[in-house]
Amino acid sequence: MRTEGFLSKVKSAGLAALIMAALSFPIVAYHADMDLTRGLFLESRWPLVAILVGGTFILRLLSEFVFAWMRGRPAAATRKTKQGISPRAFHLIGFAGIGALIAFPLAAVFMLGPAGSLKWIDNYGIQILIYVMLGWGLNIVVGLAGLLDLGYVAFYAVGAYAYALLATDLGWSFWLCLPICGAIAALFGLALGFPVLRLRGDYLAIVTLAFGEITRIVAVNWTALTNGDAGISLLPKITFFGIPFSKGAEGFASHFRLPFFPIERTIFLYYLILALALLTNFLTLRLRRLPLGRVWEALREDEIACRSLGIDTVAAKLSAFAIGALIAGIAGAFFAVRQGFVSPSSFGFIESATILSIVVLGGAGSQAGNVLAAILIIGGSEFLRELDVLQEFFGYTFDPTQYRMLLVGLAMVAMMNWRPRGLVATRRPSIFLKKAKPVAVELIAEGRG
Amino acid sequence: MEIFLQQLINGLTLGAIYGLIAIGYTMVFGVIGMVNFAHGDVFMLSSFIALIIFLLLTQILGLASIPLALVIVLVAAMALTGLWNFMIERLAYRRLRASFRLAPLISSIGMSIFLSNFVALAQGPRNKAVPSMLDEVFKLTEGHGYDVTLSLKQILIIAVTASLLFGLWYVVEKTPLGRAQRACEQDQTMAALLGVNVDRTVSATFVIGAVLAAAAGVLYMLYYGVVNPNDGFIAGVKAFTAAVLGGIGSLPGAVLGGLLIGLVETFWAAYFSSDYKDVAAFGVLAVTLIFLPRGLLGRADVEKV
Amino acid sequence: MTAPPLLRVEHLTIRFGGLTAIDDASFEARRGEITALIGPNGAGKTTLFNCITGFYKPDIGRIVLMQGEPNTADIDRLTRSVRRHGIFASGCICLLERMSDAEIARRARVARTFQNIRLFSGMTALENLIVARHNPLMAASGYTILGLLGIGAYRSAEKEAIETAKYWLAQIGLTERADDAAGSLSYGAQRQLEIARAMMTEPVLLCLDEPAAGLNSAESSKLNELLRDIRKTHGTSILLIEHDMSVVMSISNHVIVLDYGRKIADGTPSAIRCNENVIAAYLGVEDDELRLAETKVGA
Repeated sequence: MRTEGFLSKVKSAGLAALIMAALSFPIVAYHADMDLTRGLFLESRWPLVAILVGGTFILRLLSEFVFAWMRGRPAAATRKTKQGISPRAFHLIGFAGIGALIAFPLAAVFMLGPAGSLKWIDNYGIQILIYVMLGWGLNIVVGLAGLLDLGYVAFYAVGAYAYALLATDLGWSFWLCLPICGAIAALFGLALGFPVLRLRGDYLAIVTLAFGEITRIVAVNWTALTNGDAGISLLPKITFFGIPFSKGAEGFASHFRLPFFPIERTIFLYYLILALALLTNFLTLRLRRLPLGRVWEALREDEIACRSLGIDTVAAKLSAFAIGALIAGIAGAFFAVRQGFVSPSSFGFIESATILSIVVLGGAGSQAGNVLAAILIIGGSEFLRELDVLQEFFGYTFDPTQYRMLLVGLAMVAMMNWRPRGLVATRRPSIFLKKAKPVAVELIAEGRG
Repeated sequence: MEIFLQQLINGLTLGAIYGLIAIGYTMVFGVIGMVNFAHGDVFMLSSFIALIIFLLLTQILGLASIPLALVIVLVAAMALTGLWNFMIERLAYRRLRASFRLAPLISSIGMSIFLSNFVALAQGPRNKAVPSMLDEVFKLTEGHGYDVTLSLKQILIIAVTASLLFGLWYVVEKTPLGRAQRACEQDQTMAALLGVNVDRTVSATFVIGAVLAAAAGVLYMLYYGVVNPNDGFIAGVKAFTAAVLGGIGSLPGAVLGGLLIGLVETFWAAYFSSDYKDVAAFGVLAVTLIFLPRGLLGRADVEKV
Repeated sequence: MTAPPLLRVEHLTIRFGGLTAIDDASFEARRGEITALIGPNGAGKTTLFNCITGFYKPDIGRIVLMQGEPNTADIDRLTRSVRRHGIFASGCICLLERMSDAEIARRARVARTFQNIRLFSGMTALENLIVARHNPLMAASGYTILGLLGIGAYRSAEKEAIETAKYWLAQIGLTERADDAAGSLSYGAQRQLEIARAMMTEPVLLCLDEPAAGLNSAESSKLNELLRDIRKTHGTSILLIEHDMSVVMSISNHVIVLDYGRKIADGTPSAIRCNENVIAAYLGVEDDELRLAETKVGA
């Protein structure tokens, strides 16, 4: 009996290894390299295939044993019925989180010094917060209203380009541009939302994807306006409400009698995006308690029932599109001022996919889940940048960014298989008589729009 | 007129390739209601597999006959790509089938990112120029300052596509597999209760989709003479556009949609601007869906109240 | 003394492809009454409902909802008017076939339930009821803008809506379950909640599509009480589709019988009970089948 079980495990591992061998032939086994005349020749890499096949065999065998062991164990006690966190604890966690976010850059500077903390504040802090904000914006469209938008990056691009053009051509200040960029993006949201309102489900997804791509292609090709692939550079830098972050007597540091560090601007940008993100969160939480927010959720649950109650579903959908776009537009303007330049390459489909995966992994509709997912996805992908170190071992032909994206892709697959409905998969009621009981995810519709 | 004719030929050739890819989208969508975002990258992967097998045959094994080599390449690429897609479905989508709609979509987007970067890693991110072959060109009209030509490759593409479509029609209409697919399309639970092996049917659907995409990949490599790991996304999106345009779930619709997208793109590039040829394809998609939400040959979906 | 008509359906015809689902049906539902719509499966009852509530557009026919004292001339003038508006004299006359589903609910004040319950299952019972108050609450929140800033009458409007919701929750005996997801309620409770949600819109006409389907006898009698109360206390007229003859016969004032899309009888419950057409086309067939089945099993 035991040997039989062992044999079958070896067999299964052998099959996995065989499949791996077939999959890696020829794409891994041979490398089509180009010689100097741009002719192709093949270079074999059988050792690599052997490693892959052997690795698959061993991993599969191990996992078979682990599964068998787990099956052998007495079934774990039936899972405790999930007790939602009480609203009070929820608020406490929320405030603690905000406190930590406010303290983060100062703590980083304190611990790592102005130079060492730059990476943490900029690459991790600001980058993650931008995606938190974008995730919250898209959450309104996808999570609350249940409209699947695969072209959300278009509004982000509109906001960024709007700032770039207003700031360089007209010389308007960032603070004036910020709401204007949001408004322009919201108008785009309305313009794009209107024709696609009748579409449902995957049709809506593909048309929004198409609009997103069209926006990018226009940005590439309308060189007179956007300067094409080269993008618009030398955007004016952020100021402290008019006071520049420069070294001179006019600068922020001397104005407030502080020692000058270049990182002051970065810290300011961090607090700015934190404030914008928190504002987005506040807006969403507030909207959820207003008729508009409730009707978005009702729309996700059942559009026909909404219509039978006399609800103007067109207005509800358009408002979700417009508010989602407004948030993306503001985030876009921030992105532009932070980068100092905009180019179409920042607004590819991959951005839309990333934002959508933050929303889905976070648990559609959940604000807190979005933050966790953004930290996991963006933080994780930033962390993978550290793979650059490996270049020293593997030589210059090793391109870490490809490994990074490869792992990001695999992680998306793995995370969806792990938690298909996201990290935080309960819904908090927007209003209650006695006690807010979290609604189980199985009951929540995902919307057909 | 000559230019028009030439563009018609070019457009149909391109459209045939889109149509082959589009079938994969439409079949998977029909059977399990999922948009398989990675399908375009499966197509791209197949073009690389085809290129390497071709080089292997001609350079290392020293096969002299190009036509024979191409036949082997076609069969091998179809088989290997089929296996790839089989495994992708098994590992990335099967567990999510009964789940919430967005989960398989995100998983397939992840798979798409994985595949394009995997190929870029394994084969390098740059364009690879394929050795030129089968360069015969037939002139259909002469004089008038512009010769309308039909190349051997174009004939080959149309012929291979047509025969594959015939094969597909046979499988879907005349075999138990096709019946099982249609049953799953209507009602998966009921099909399972009546003894249809849903898992196997879904796997078969993915394999068929990949086989056709692989054919498209071989033809694409042959026709354009260049392959790139980033080709998958845009070709995939256009093929999906084609599937939606034709009415997603409809096999003839996918082919019709593919041809239309090919024609629109070619004519737009010829008469207006090649910069915006993708915009034209997407524009057609948006306009069709807004005015004809079920696509050209899609079934009308009466809203049940 | 018969009450004045509230809803008048005239020559209603709708076809789906080759199938004529409703063929020249005309009838009236009177104000303050419970009108039952019965007929065998596939007779076109739900389709008729969908026409009245605007989810389907009839090919031929007029559906008039009347309040106050409208005269026929006004209705005809409105019908002929080039402007394709459905509303006349501030809601006195509504031509429902011209209005969209949401407009019918909002302006003509016709509410409905669905045969396959359509609650917002991921939202709580209370939220379901509050969403039904969307339009007045939206106005009270200054179309969200004032509500966002926390000014204006929204707070009091919401309080009032919650009070009404509490009233209806008490009416259907779900006060204790107010904060539970609608999808987690029992079938009978969901049916009642759907009726309560429709009543939250303060309709003049409530259309119920098989409200007693799937209810046990205790739930069914509770439903009868609820419907009687709705009619008496709120003066809402009710149009209902029902298969359960005990419900139909005990609560309705007026019964309309459809068969194959045509109206075959129209009258008081007692008149319908002995109408030959009805017995032949509807009840009779069932009896025949019953007898046939009985002989088959040798009973």
